[in-house]
Amino acid sequence: MTEAKFEVGKLSVSASPHIRCDESIAKIMWMVNLALTPAALFSIYRFGLPALTIMAICIIAAVVTEYAIQKWQGKPVTINDGSACLTGLLLAMNIPSTLPWYMPVFGSVIAIAVAKHTMGGLGFNIFNPALVGRAVLLASWPVAMTKWPTMQSHVDGLTSATPLGILKLQGYAKLVEVFGDKMTMYKSLFIGSRSGSMGETAALLLILGGIFLIYRGYIKWQVPVVMIGTVGVLTALFGQDPLLHMMSGGLILGAFFMATDMVTIPITVKGQVVFAAGAGALTVLIRLLGGYPEGVCYAILLMNAVTPLIDRGIKPRKFGARR
Amino acid sequence: MNYWAIFKKGLFEQNPIFRLALSLCPALAVTSNVFSALGMGMAVMFVITTNNVVVSIVRRWVNQKVRVPVFITIIATIVTLTQLVLEAFVPVLYKELGIYLALIVVFAIILARAEVFAMKNGVVPSFFDGLGMGAGFALAMLAVGTVREVFGTGAFLGMQVLPVSYDGPLILILAPGAFMVIGLMIGMFNVIGEYQNKQAEEKRKLAQLTMQRGEA
Repeated sequence: MTEAKFEVGKLSVSASPHIRCDESIAKIMWMVNLALTPAALFSIYRFGLPALTIMAICIIAAVVTEYAIQKWQGKPVTINDGSACLTGLLLAMNIPSTLPWYMPVFGSVIAIAVAKHTMGGLGFNIFNPALVGRAVLLASWPVAMTKWPTMQSHVDGLTSATPLGILKLQGYAKLVEVFGDKMTMYKSLFIGSRSGSMGETAALLLILGGIFLIYRGYIKWQVPVVMIGTVGVLTALFGQDPLLHMMSGGLILGAFFMATDMVTIPITVKGQVVFAAGAGALTVLIRLLGGYPEGVCYAILLMNAVTPLIDRGIKPRKFGARR
Repeated sequence: MNYWAIFKKGLFEQNPIFRLALSLCPALAVTSNVFSALGMGMAVMFVITTNNVVVSIVRRWVNQKVRVPVFITIIATIVTLTQLVLEAFVPVLYKELGIYLALIVVFAIILARAEVFAMKNGVVPSFFDGLGMGAGFALAMLAVGTVREVFGTGAFLGMQVLPVSYDGPLILILAPGAFMVIGLMIGMFNVIGEYQNKQAEEKRKLAQLTMQRGEA
């Protein structure tokens, strides 16, 4: 007897029995955490104990908030699925390591309580919780949030602007001068010896983590490639240094780990490409024309807001339906 | 007619901001400090009460078809009076409230009370309805203003109440903070309202039960 089997693109529909795959929310979330670990460890190595402290504070605050809210609402407590831990870790990667303790706590609580649980919890949030936490922190303590520890020395309290900040305020020539020459600049951007928030400096390790996630099939390669590519193409068109723009700021972290958040981006690959291109274009707009030196966070949040529209616009055709 | 009940319903049960979600604009715009929030609350309380009384007096002579323009004209007159009085006697508050003072004319809650209550009721009940709704509005403004000023700047009415080292999140003073505070407060009111409904329901059931037992 032949089994009835239809091939619809890559989706194969077949009669039961089916093999159950062992993927679960918890497994995926912990894998993403794992993919972030090398970059996190690198930032602890680079920024020292404060980085570790901030990460621990963010994660603990996020998990405790999630526990408290789910207990209070009488819902099943899901702190073991790693999603709150991931939100905390991502938030920590997005902020400078020089913040006093209460700021990351505030950010984590807002991220979990307001951005996630007022919307109905995991899977229902419109905006990426970690990015909401960062946006709120940036609006709340603009001065503290834009002071970055330098990489060169391990002296406490020494701060400097990020490469993009220097670019915005003092121009390209000055930026090259800071690093010495162009090759050194690219190299230090790539391996992470520059100032910035905790998780955005180590481009190489972030890309490795991202490739791991793509290999496991948790994220589509199109999203980071299109987003970073859009930034590269557009900055080149505007006469800027595309390599610098592609490797600096939170772009790599955002493209691999936040523009690929399953909940807040479109469902179809086509939609995700639109999403990534839009986020890349907005990033360039904010960086070149806006008041902030860096715009990845707002770009992704804005695209999160139009995700339902993209999903509606790019509906997959029903099987057998005419165009 | 129980005047206390009419007055009381504006405070909690039908609180303009937290239960009816009317007039959210001033609740977002002028609650960044307690002073302007309370000033706005008082101004609205005066306008809504006076307007209710005037509308209730003239309601018999107003043609149904033109009632909204008539109400708006009455409200605009009262608001202009308020504006002039504030400018003359409390110029600080006048400056603080700015355009929002003139905007009281279009606050939904004032027209809503004229339409829903004063149009159908006598002068005295209308007076208490306006007073209750106005007080509910003022209290809500005070609550939002207090949270935003105390936790945003560590001060209350300009006086430092939290330690000077308190480094409040600026976002509470900004517009997004207002949205968050009001949203969370509406949520809180809903939780309390639900709890009260449950209690009332249980009481009703209990009364029914005892009545049935008495019959049996």
